[in-house]
Amino acid sequence: MAVYYRPHTLDDALGFLAETPATVTAGCTDLFPATRRRALEGPILDITGISALRGITKAPDHIRIGANTRWSDIIRADLQPAFDMLKQAAVEVGSVQIQNAGTLAGNICNASPAADGVPCLLALNAIVEIASAKGARTLPLTDFITGVRQTALAPDEIVTALLVPTPDGQSRFLKLGARKYLVISIAMVAARLVTDSGHVTSAAVAVGACSAVATRLPTLEKALTGRRIDASLTTCATGALIAEDLSPIDDIRADAAYRTHAATQLIRRALNDLADQTTGAAA
Amino acid sequence: MNRPVEILGFSVNGKPKTLPVNPSRRLSEVLREDLNLRGTKVGCDAGDCGACTVLVDGVPVCACLTPAAQVAGCDVSTVEGLGNTALQQSFLRHGAAQCGICIPGMLMAATALLAENPKPTRLEAEEALGGVLCRCTGYAKIIDAVLDTQPGATPAAPLPGQAVGSRLERLDGVPKVMGTEVFGADYAPEKTLLVRALRAPDAPMTFTFGDIVAWCEQQAGAVQVFTAADIPGENRFGTIPAFADQPALADSHTRLRGEAVALVAGDPTVVEMLNLESFPVTWVKTDDTTVHANRPDNILITGRVCRGDAEAALARASHVAETHIETPYIEHAYIEPEAGVAWMEGDTLVIQACTQAPIMDRDETAKILGLPTERLRIIPAATGGGFGSKLDVSLQPLIGLVALKTGRPARMIYNRAESMASTTKRHPAKMTGRIGTDASGYVTGMVFDGDFNTGAYASWGPTVAGRVPVHASGPYFMPHYHAEARAIHSFQPSSGAFRGFGVPQAAIVQETLFDDLAEKTGIDRLEFRRINALRDGQSTVCGQQLGGIGISACLEALHSPWHKALKRVAEKNISGGPIRHGAGLASCWYGCGNTGLPNPSTIRVGITTEGQLCLHQGATDIGQGANTVITQICADAVGLPVDQFTLISPDTALTPDCGKTSASRQTFVTGKAALRAGQALRAKILGLSNMGPDAHVSLGNGVLTVTDGKGARHIDLSDIAPDPNGYAIAAEETYDPPTSPLDENGQGAPYAVYGYGAQIAEVAVDTELGTVRVTRITAAHDLGHVINPLLAEGQVEGGIAQGLGMALMEDYIPGRTENLHDYLIPTTGDMPEIKTLFIEVPDPEGPMGAKGLGEHVLIPTAPAILNAIRHACGARITRLPALPHRVLAAIREATK
Repeated sequence: MAVYYRPHTLDDALGFLAETPATVTAGCTDLFPATRRRALEGPILDITGISALRGITKAPDHIRIGANTRWSDIIRADLQPAFDMLKQAAVEVGSVQIQNAGTLAGNICNASPAADGVPCLLALNAIVEIASAKGARTLPLTDFITGVRQTALAPDEIVTALLVPTPDGQSRFLKLGARKYLVISIAMVAARLVTDSGHVTSAAVAVGACSAVATRLPTLEKALTGRRIDASLTTCATGALIAEDLSPIDDIRADAAYRTHAATQLIRRALNDLADQTTGAAA
Repeated sequence: MNRPVEILGFSVNGKPKTLPVNPSRRLSEVLREDLNLRGTKVGCDAGDCGACTVLVDGVPVCACLTPAAQVAGCDVSTVEGLGNTALQQSFLRHGAAQCGICIPGMLMAATALLAENPKPTRLEAEEALGGVLCRCTGYAKIIDAVLDTQPGATPAAPLPGQAVGSRLERLDGVPKVMGTEVFGADYAPEKTLLVRALRAPDAPMTFTFGDIVAWCEQQAGAVQVFTAADIPGENRFGTIPAFADQPALADSHTRLRGEAVALVAGDPTVVEMLNLESFPVTWVKTDDTTVHANRPDNILITGRVCRGDAEAALARASHVAETHIETPYIEHAYIEPEAGVAWMEGDTLVIQACTQAPIMDRDETAKILGLPTERLRIIPAATGGGFGSKLDVSLQPLIGLVALKTGRPARMIYNRAESMASTTKRHPAKMTGRIGTDASGYVTGMVFDGDFNTGAYASWGPTVAGRVPVHASGPYFMPHYHAEARAIHSFQPSSGAFRGFGVPQAAIVQETLFDDLAEKTGIDRLEFRRINALRDGQSTVCGQQLGGIGISACLEALHSPWHKALKRVAEKNISGGPIRHGAGLASCWYGCGNTGLPNPSTIRVGITTEGQLCLHQGATDIGQGANTVITQICADAVGLPVDQFTLISPDTALTPDCGKTSASRQTFVTGKAALRAGQALRAKILGLSNMGPDAHVSLGNGVLTVTDGKGARHIDLSDIAPDPNGYAIAAEETYDPPTSPLDENGQGAPYAVYGYGAQIAEVAVDTELGTVRVTRITAAHDLGHVINPLLAEGQVEGGIAQGLGMALMEDYIPGRTENLHDYLIPTTGDMPEIKTLFIEVPDPEGPMGAKGLGEHVLIPTAPAILNAIRHACGARITRLPALPHRVLAAIREATK
């Protein structure tokens, strides 16, 4: 029968993992659906007992989201507008029940192409904090997720937190699915604009469920930078420009061409909403 | 270091619990199996349905996704701990529970919401309950209940003789809201064996077993294996005896993925842990193309209805419209996967499992197990949704076999994947239709042709092929008509009964064509339907002359709502933008009961010598309300109040045969038997008292009192010698609808009673994304006589939810969508506001004029939505479901 270990300190967890190859888990919202058994199999390292890993803390130059932080913690947290998109994503994750158990760190470790958190974290330039018994390291999220359900995490490592360099700007997340709740995305976008004097000084736009790994759209971001904040922003977001950075697939939820089209529409709407917000706030 | 089995300390509903448990075990299993708290339900084991929602320190989570270790030191709240709250009372009052399987999850999610936000808005309630799926109710009454928890005045019990027509709370509702209802998975006697099935990974395949004895010896504890070779009777079943073709356990080859080929039984702790992947079986995929050797071209059967000369009528027609529609497999997606337990009582085998058809279960299982029917007793468990699929036996012969062979109780609980893979579906259909009209817009002829993929085994394929041609005309007068439907086998899931038996698919053809023809003739779409509606005295396409036809009345009732809807969508469209609004309309008719075949029901009602009034109500209540409705009818027939009745629920040892819960027949057929039995009992009472038909009857303290204007008579029941059933006075009556078989042209009187309806759908289509939101549905249904408006509304709302799912999201792909996150059904957030209008055009045959309703309600919804989409943006959807990418493609096609 499997070993199940639920320590209270990170050191205990890392010490265990150094000796025992184990599945690291928190909310179990991806692990349990993957088995039809009545219990999880294989050695399990459950990190939910490590209270130091739960919660959001603000440092001068970054915000730290502990690996045990639930989606519902994100929804309730007092965060600047750059995180609005992450909150908007959080309320669209599965259901209230899933939001109460699932963690943001688990979402990136599971590395589903349709992970709701990833586009937002990409658009926030998130950095993944990783620890093992040998020490700690950090990786940009873009380097952390390496493929469909693949990450750069070594077998003896745990994600301990997500670090978001103090983010500026306004943000928006939009998800498209075939029903309202409990739905896996057909496409989703996260957009963050930093503005000054009515112009975009920096843009971060990411798309999920339209490529093996959610991706930023550097071509579009470049095109947005420097533009006036108004309804004309959306004209930058052409299908051709966006398609360059995507590689969607056909599946039961939609075909590839539709995904690119939908991502384009969602980006335009997100930009439009952000333009409205910004100009509204200025007025 | 934690050990694999450790002592878990936590509290449940405030009571401390300490027990040894595998820390990685699902909390749902700990609660249900280790603590015997089976109020928490399991529907998917994947967080997709929310039925297992419990509160951990007040926070709602899915117990199926929570490892036991994570609740150490926590307090877990389950439905058993609620007591009897205002919320539960509100659920009862609002008729929020139908089958009841989702209710514990709904209650717990709502409890968490109300603790934080005692006065939620509708949207907040929908969000909070968005993670719990319900397949019966369409959610409206559940949300109503959550928003109305202030204890209201208890409605007065209806007076004797006035039960019919009252908004009576369901008589079997209390256990559903208390979490005490016993569903298929909720009972296991001591020392019950757990049974699991080894299933085919694909089809068609042949297979051979290796050394099973050696495999058994390698397991952690004693297990026994059963295969087709162990079946004592005839290894063949099917709902229609002439077509029985399905083995309980496949022998040497499989026709469908998920087909059971062997059973493993043993102590639950051993069987739970078995790795069935290691079972010694060798599979070989074959390139067979013939599914059953005795059915050439894989055609199971062809149904045909032919009247006049349809082709000639179309050739002469002023306007002809034509379409081709494809619909996919649709999964019933009841929240309760099949489950049950079997045990021996002396030499009688008892099976308690979820079902819609206890007598059929008994007869088919007895045949497979080689038992006389007297040695098999079926006790239907509470059934957590059926919608047609639980008419077929599933695990009954399997657990029966194990109990019979071992002498020990045997229990089986399908997981979601095996439930979806191995049980029946709605037939995928490929249909073409042509309809013609004269210059004035009167329909002159219709031709319908459909291929219905009936899958591996016959199941209800013959019924679908038979019903479709009878109903494909819709409730309209069609002087010339030719309709053919073929049920065609494939090595895919068996298509069987699903709410409407093929009629919902066929209605899409006719109702979308009617919109084309209304456009061609320049007639308003409602008016077009009104002028073509079937009227009393006109012949149906089967040549049947009916009375009490209610479609015109339904369409009349929609006149004002239709024009308001058209105005509303036009006003919304003035402002422009990518969201376009539209309104659509569709009708339905549906014959209640078996098609041209006998389907009697028998009701027994009696009063014991102690004065207990007992109703033997054998119509299985799968949430639709038969327990309540049949009692209401019987109560008024006797003239005694509903609350004096003791219900003897379906049990093949206790209740006479009320047939199966299908074909919208229970209110009509069993209702009529209940009416007659009640009338017969009343006549006996009046006879004993020598009083006239208008006398008033009351029952109390073992005495019947009969009074009229002149005086009173008292009948002391203890003075009367009881009959063999123990009753001082009793009556038993049978009703079988008068029908006649169809001839080779489909002419005859297939049903004695039909029900009618029409619905308006209003939608908002996002023309940039192709997404569709249904904003409102107005449903007018002719029930002949509404027995219970509260329950009837629930049927309408639930049927619309299934119709909406069929239109917009449901698409079962074998091997790919065997879960409830890839197979989508509507959530709280997908349902529109529903306005229900009941019409009462009494049927000459139905009890008190009543007609059936259960299946009718889903038939118009999908075509009404498709017609509304087209009205909004021109998109013609010919392949369902109308997923966003298909809608967008259709919009582009329309604007070319």
